[in-house]
Amino acid sequence: MKLSNGKGKMVAPLLINGEIHDVIVRSADTLLPILREQLGLTGAKQACQNGDCGACTVLINNQPSHACLSLAIETVNQSITTIEGLSNSPMQEAFVNNWAIQCGYCTPGFIVNSHALVTNHPNADDNIIEEWLQSNICRCTGYEEIKMAVKSVLKTSSE
Amino acid sequence: MIAFDFEYYEATTLKEAKELYEKAQAMDKKVMYYNGGTEFITFARKGKAYAEVVINIKNIPDCNLLEVRDGTLLIGASVTLNAIVNAGFYPLLEDVVKRIADHTSRNKITIGGNLNSQLMYKEAILPLLLADAKLEIFGEEGIRYVPVQEVFNKKRTLKQGELLVTIQVATENLQLPSTFIKRTKMSKVGYPVVSAAAIIKEEQFRIAFSGVCASPFRSAAIEKILNASDLQIDQRIEKALREIPGKIVEDVNGSSAYRQFLLTQVMEDMYRGLEVGK
Amino acid sequence: MEQTERTSVGQPEQRIDAVEKAAGKVKFTDDYQAPGMLHAKLVTSTEAHAYLQSVETAAAWKVPGVRAIITGETFPFHIGPILADRPPLAYEKVRYIGEPVAIIVADSDYQAKQAASKVVVTYKKLPIVHNVQQAFEASAPVIHNDLGEYTKIIGNVYPVAGTNIASRIKIRKGDFGTAWKNCTETISETYSFNLSDHVALETRSARVEINPAGKVIVHACTQSPFTIKKVFNQFFNLDVGSVIVHIPMVGGAFGGKGTVQLEPLAYLASKAVGGRLVKLTLSREEDMTTAPCRIGFDATIKLGVDHNGKLLAGQYTFLIDSGAYSDQAAGITRAAALDCTGPYHIPNVWCDSYCMYTNHPFATSFRGYGHPELTFAVERTMDKLAKNLNMCPIELREINTILPGHTSPTQAVITKNNIGDAQKCIALAKERIAWEEGERLVGENGKVRAKGLSLFWKTSTTATNAQAGAILTFEADGKVNLNCAAIELGQGTKTVLGQIVAEKLKMKLEDIHVTMEVNTQSDPHQWRTVASSTTFLAGRAVYAAAENAIGQLKKTASTVLQCAEEDLEVGGGRVYLKPDPTFGVEIKELALGYKFPNGHSIGGQIVGVGKHIQRHLTPMDKNTGFGKPGPWWSVGVQAVEVEIDERDFTYKILKAVTVLDGGTIINPMTATQQMRGGMYMGLSYAAIEKFVFDHNEEVENNDLRQYGTLRYGEQPEQYTVDFIETPAADGPYGARGIGEYGVIGAPAALANSLSNALQVELNELPLVPEYLWKMKKERRQ
Repeated sequence: MKLSNGKGKMVAPLLINGEIHDVIVRSADTLLPILREQLGLTGAKQACQNGDCGACTVLINNQPSHACLSLAIETVNQSITTIEGLSNSPMQEAFVNNWAIQCGYCTPGFIVNSHALVTNHPNADDNIIEEWLQSNICRCTGYEEIKMAVKSVLKTSSE
Repeated sequence: MIAFDFEYYEATTLKEAKELYEKAQAMDKKVMYYNGGTEFITFARKGKAYAEVVINIKNIPDCNLLEVRDGTLLIGASVTLNAIVNAGFYPLLEDVVKRIADHTSRNKITIGGNLNSQLMYKEAILPLLLADAKLEIFGEEGIRYVPVQEVFNKKRTLKQGELLVTIQVATENLQLPSTFIKRTKMSKVGYPVVSAAAIIKEEQFRIAFSGVCASPFRSAAIEKILNASDLQIDQRIEKALREIPGKIVEDVNGSSAYRQFLLTQVMEDMYRGLEVGK
Repeated sequence: MEQTERTSVGQPEQRIDAVEKAAGKVKFTDDYQAPGMLHAKLVTSTEAHAYLQSVETAAAWKVPGVRAIITGETFPFHIGPILADRPPLAYEKVRYIGEPVAIIVADSDYQAKQAASKVVVTYKKLPIVHNVQQAFEASAPVIHNDLGEYTKIIGNVYPVAGTNIASRIKIRKGDFGTAWKNCTETISETYSFNLSDHVALETRSARVEINPAGKVIVHACTQSPFTIKKVFNQFFNLDVGSVIVHIPMVGGAFGGKGTVQLEPLAYLASKAVGGRLVKLTLSREEDMTTAPCRIGFDATIKLGVDHNGKLLAGQYTFLIDSGAYSDQAAGITRAAALDCTGPYHIPNVWCDSYCMYTNHPFATSFRGYGHPELTFAVERTMDKLAKNLNMCPIELREINTILPGHTSPTQAVITKNNIGDAQKCIALAKERIAWEEGERLVGENGKVRAKGLSLFWKTSTTATNAQAGAILTFEADGKVNLNCAAIELGQGTKTVLGQIVAEKLKMKLEDIHVTMEVNTQSDPHQWRTVASSTTFLAGRAVYAAAENAIGQLKKTASTVLQCAEEDLEVGGGRVYLKPDPTFGVEIKELALGYKFPNGHSIGGQIVGVGKHIQRHLTPMDKNTGFGKPGPWWSVGVQAVEVEIDERDFTYKILKAVTVLDGGTIINPMTATQQMRGGMYMGLSYAAIEKFVFDHNEEVENNDLRQYGTLRYGEQPEQYTVDFIETPAADGPYGARGIGEYGVIGAPAALANSLSNALQVELNELPLVPEYLWKMKKERRQ
């Protein structure tokens, strides 16, 4: 057995943004409230808790993941990256420069997912962009500026 | 957030999983196996799922196989939908699972989880029904192998305490001419109003449906009609519609009359896509 | 106002909040944690209409960590923004599924949720009112038995006791009856759409604590912080000054955070635990069905024209599904009435607009405040009328456009200063959508490409004394702090207000520090951040504050420079002599008072204050609607081109066009953002969004999986946005409001394009393929 936890709480070491953090989890806690409430990493937003909106997107082992759809305990020994860990990502600047931000609530999730998209597919075509970005909902922008932001980074990475 | 508490165990072998399961059962605890967990987490939050003991089987190596061995493709139950797509072994299955939920969720949803879903869709089963896939199931008696339609077809599921280890598909069935059509209410991301997968094997048309009835199905009667070369295609479709094995669903995603309309079109499109029935 | 060359107003200045938002570092209301903070969770009704027989809490109390359980008896009074008809916690009766029945307060959120599931509520079922048509029938079950006794919080609400009519608004202009008989062509059409939701990504959240001195400290994501104070004052008998509301940036609102629902519950929760800090955040499902949603709408429109196609008479009957409580739906009922004609000149108007109670979740304001709905009905009717007249739909609109000299339905006089130029908008929209190329074309791929267009207008029905204030303080380096209570909801208001200050002080926007958060104790009063009124009201206030600061700067500088104040000019961080700009003093020398070399100091710090209040607005006459409801009308045209597969009824939106006359545009990029996002929101609403109710009137699609919004890739392939800038005489730099306008005409334009494409009349929403299929099939039969 790798890991077990009774009904109480346990201390779990999570690897987040390159640092190990000991957090206290109930087995039933998803990763999202642990990031937000214990580590102050509130860039991941709680907007549906149902895997439907992408506002809580983080990277788990470099792949986008809904933080509301993983138990915190099952992410022990995985590498987690949040928006706070992407401060050097060109995607942040691209969202700013392309006016892809209004209220900002969906923004971190979109940026994390878009960052992973261009990392995994530096030459992504429209179909791949659509496939990936359909995981996130934005209610303010109408997606046009987000499209421009993502494409601007793709262009630079292919140059 | 999930309001209730449960015990959590990560099993590393099938044997260990079984022991944990049996131990919990002996203590009269509500126990379940946990794979991708997306359905459990969302349902538990909404009060539609409950467990006192959760056994994570995702770290069991047998459940993570994804390889061809002796003419058979083995897909572990814990393989995620995106991993299946990226592996490139089985085009029809890739087409199907690529449309389940959304891309980010597909990094978490496993094929075993989709097949075990409490929802009526379980779309990953469609290609498996067509390919006569076999399931490797681990339970009280150890490993057993059963045809997929005997387990997840209609309302049947795994027996209590059983867990799905691998899905096995003969390699000869992987690259057959195939097509998949999914129609949703409007948005691309969403449950199917009608979805169907079809292949041509030995010049015969095989087809399986989801979103139409209370569970996915493949019907011998329908296939017989759809392969009846003495009939015009529209006649075959009309007759096939009468053989739908159950009530056509009516829900927030679509009325049963609309589903019937889509079914006709989907079948027409399948003939066209596979260039058969001429 | 001056017309010199502008450096900030009219420029696409970068949003001042973008970098922080991209970093994920902005703290929204729910992002705050504190040790010792308690968590509240609601117990909600599972019946749409029932008497509460008992609420048993014994089992819930046994859950560890539970600190308080509050039920309706704690506060058996009614609140509401217009008509006080809603107990914050159901008392004696429940009126919709999802209505709060009890609040659990516990140490942690999961304990509160566990306890909530253990509260046992016993109901005695009552007959349900399923829709507005049924609600209107004399035999319908009555949802509010005490309707005649409810307190009216503001005027212009007319409940009818003994019925389900929460309010009835009448417009009587000219003589409809006689005019109708003289029309050569008439048309009568009905429309219907269900309730739906805002789906702001941030669900509603509030925190309240009551400190030992009796100060009530509220943190909330709201558009109406001063209304929270007012409500707490009116209903909890608290000194208005002891209620302090803090608002960080808000994660989308769209009107849904304009009303006060959550904060009183959080207050009752805090009060029950001795004033400790309590947080109440709604889950998505609660946000959709417990918190207020968007109205449903039934409309019947009759239009009559003379032989030239000139509109002579219009009759409008609106039944607005307000759900269980009237909330802002009562105001929407009024707003829809007073703009009922759309931007058309009609001499004879008759409108009855009803706010109807049903046993649905209750509705509040939604971006557009009833206008997307009424515009849908008006613009669909205009298209059909044009067809009946064998006239180009644009020509019919052109000859009937409302112009200066005409009057609105409430007989307010239209002048060139209070309305945009509709005809210019039409001309440009026609070009942008390539109307001349044809309304309906069959492409090489066999698919049909079709176009549809909609005019729209809206005035902002603010309170007649709606107002805003602003304070500018100066730093020692001469840079400026701007404080005002306009709330940043994503619309870019803080950037735009900063630009107005920068323009007036002739400084750079980066030298204006705009406080993003709002604090009702330190920020001057502002009505609310709703109704596309902030650029206008707060814009005028910050402009005035800048003028005020300039006066102070000049006064001190005149002593320093030994000249008259009128000889001086402010700009570039300096105060200088007009005839000789090289002779001057830097603002940083004046900002905190000027100090002479000998140590003597004068002037003191510069504090610019400014304010603006609406003027000359009046309530409406009860019997005719006569009155001046808003300061101006922004008008515009939207158009949509779709490509549809006639076989399976799937379609793509190829193009979405907005041409808006919003007066001077302060920031063309944030304005464009608003229009694109507005179009998306209107199109998503029209294409897919609605609540689906089961036979018990429970919302079946109460999460984002089943509710459905258009996702990435489903937006129009191309958006075009243009502004006609007819300056508003009294707006800051000539600006009018624009925030809601992008959404208003989009549903009608989409329905017109699809009706053109399929050659069937589409009178309902949403326009999902199934509905198109059904209408086409019925047409064939």
